[in-house]
Amino acid sequence: MTRKISMKEAVNEALDQEMQRDPTVVVMGEDIVGGTGSPGEDDAWGGVLGVTKGLYAKHGDRLMDTPLSESAYIGAAIGAATCGLRPVAELMFVDFMGVCLDEIFNQGAKFRYMFGGKVETPVVIRAMCGAGFRAAAQHSQMLTPVFTHIPGLKVVCPSNAYDTKGLLAQSIRDNDPVIFLEHKNLYAHESDVPEESYTIPFGEAAVLREGKSATVATYGQTVHRSVEAAETLAKDGVDVEVIDLRTLSPIDNDTVIESVEKTGRLVCVDEANPRCSIASDVSATVAQEAFGALKAPIQMVTAPHTPVPFSPALEDLYIPTADGIADAVRKTMAA
Amino acid sequence: MSATATAVSAQGSDSPFPLEKDDLLSAYRTMKTIREFEDRLHVDFARGDIPGFVHLYAGEEAAATGIMMHLTDEDRIASTHRGHGHCIAKGVSVHEMMGEIYGKVSGACRGKGGSMHIADLSKGMMGANGILGAGAPLACGAALAAKKLGHKGVGISFVGDGASNQGMFLESLNLAGVWELPVIFVVENNGYAESTSVDWAVASDSYVDRANGFGLPGVTVDGTDFFAVHEAAGEMIRRARDGGGPSLLECKMIRFHGHFEGDAQTYRAEGEVEDIRNNRDCIKMFADRVSEAGVISRVETDAVDAEVATLIDSAVEQAKAAPLPDTADLLTDVYVKY
Repeated sequence: MTRKISMKEAVNEALDQEMQRDPTVVVMGEDIVGGTGSPGEDDAWGGVLGVTKGLYAKHGDRLMDTPLSESAYIGAAIGAATCGLRPVAELMFVDFMGVCLDEIFNQGAKFRYMFGGKVETPVVIRAMCGAGFRAAAQHSQMLTPVFTHIPGLKVVCPSNAYDTKGLLAQSIRDNDPVIFLEHKNLYAHESDVPEESYTIPFGEAAVLREGKSATVATYGQTVHRSVEAAETLAKDGVDVEVIDLRTLSPIDNDTVIESVEKTGRLVCVDEANPRCSIASDVSATVAQEAFGALKAPIQMVTAPHTPVPFSPALEDLYIPTADGIADAVRKTMAA
Repeated sequence: MSATATAVSAQGSDSPFPLEKDDLLSAYRTMKTIREFEDRLHVDFARGDIPGFVHLYAGEEAAATGIMMHLTDEDRIASTHRGHGHCIAKGVSVHEMMGEIYGKVSGACRGKGGSMHIADLSKGMMGANGILGAGAPLACGAALAAKKLGHKGVGISFVGDGASNQGMFLESLNLAGVWELPVIFVVENNGYAESTSVDWAVASDSYVDRANGFGLPGVTVDGTDFFAVHEAAGEMIRRARDGGGPSLLECKMIRFHGHFEGDAQTYRAEGEVEDIRNNRDCIKMFADRVSEAGVISRVETDAVDAEVATLIDSAVEQAKAAPLPDTADLLTDVYVKY
């Protein structure tokens, strides 16, 4: 049966169902249970935003709070993944990746290749990403291109509850390390989600809105802003196709290229900083593979090349807006 | 060669050591295999036969051997850049190791890893590691998996004195204590982090104090004394298997060769290498003890020496003759679409 749940609830439900399905799935992270060893409640938090709340009551010590020690427990999750467990490690904020990046990019990401295909590392590293929460420079980044640059990692960044549940289940069942990024500004966003367990394959973008005039390719929070821009433009008779990439490694370039072959125009929208971003990567691929189909130069709408500012007045300028996306589409139409 | 769990004591036998003669011979064979393997690499590297970086374990054989004799394939070790000795003592095939070092498809990692990344999970060898200290969290993970999956396996983390200063290592000491993991942290203190003295680079004078600071028991042993290592490691491993949690073992050892092959070692004292080779060779000391005790004769060790020389000859021959990886191998064993 399908009902509306939030993206936060979708994460919780996917973890719950995968833990029921597979006894080797364990979940660890800072405060994911909350209150371990403290004098008050045992299951106090369920993560800083309550995403894992209630799972401890169902699955007991398969949920593990960790010391504030990202290198140690992310590395332990990766090591355990080569030894028969299927750990889901929560990093809280993707911005903390810097303190444990070696275990991810030099260890887990490389094992399968470096050890000649003889080792699998089925680990998921979940982290919140993205701006709009007034959380400032060290708790608001996307950092998606940091991970897509690294061979061996799979990178997922869903935009809604349905995709979150299906892609998280797929991530847990996958035999490679997966970086699963949850945009914190979307946790409350609700969509129709089946109660039963399901998976969504990696490398399949979703065409959220079909159109003939121009293509917008994006992921995460800016999916919703792109749809909003498309609705505005539709009133002016501009028919925009909106593609949610959903997974960034592997990335579904084919769907974008097919769309551009139809529309002849492309706007790549990315909340990450612009240099070597998902937007620049998709732009380069389309320029290489479908140059002849382009009727206008590709446009990119990204965050500026700055840290994320704190002041709401500035942060609102930092994140690509629906108006900015609509302007970029108009620019491709004018060419 | 295969690391088999051994009897703690050989009471009732003719051996004055806590090991039966067969186990002592096996220990000698393992140490000698490591030495022969490394000495051959030293020569062949200098001749230009071997690509890349090679870090040799010669001089340190007693530590790997004394520890690994307590382990089974179910136990996991996370090794270092100086990992050949750990691999051999853990039972990884020397033919596959040599193939790997030569970059051939016959290698343990089909030529994709090289000397610094030899792994064989079927033997419990989680990988040598080019990133110093990175193996400590991985060993904690192996210990966590053993605990969660309900088997008696332990994780062993090897670091040198250099990597003992890494955050990853220090965080792991704490995590292992907090989670009460069956893991043993082995600090192989050979006195040098590359070229830098341990006396300068490690602020604390004692690894036992450092372990205690994390709430872990710690022991320091003479890492060139096989029997001392074997006894101390055995106690820690038994304790971990019985749910007693993590501990730290410092093995004070010596490095016969440089940090890497090609290192002129001008940072060492004059005569230092000659002195340790002549007076502190762990294999010589072991052979002297077992022969003086009348347990293993020189004839028997000579026979092992010959057997090991033949084994290494054949490993080198096979590695040289083995095919290189195919062009197609560049893109296998990883997600590739771009």
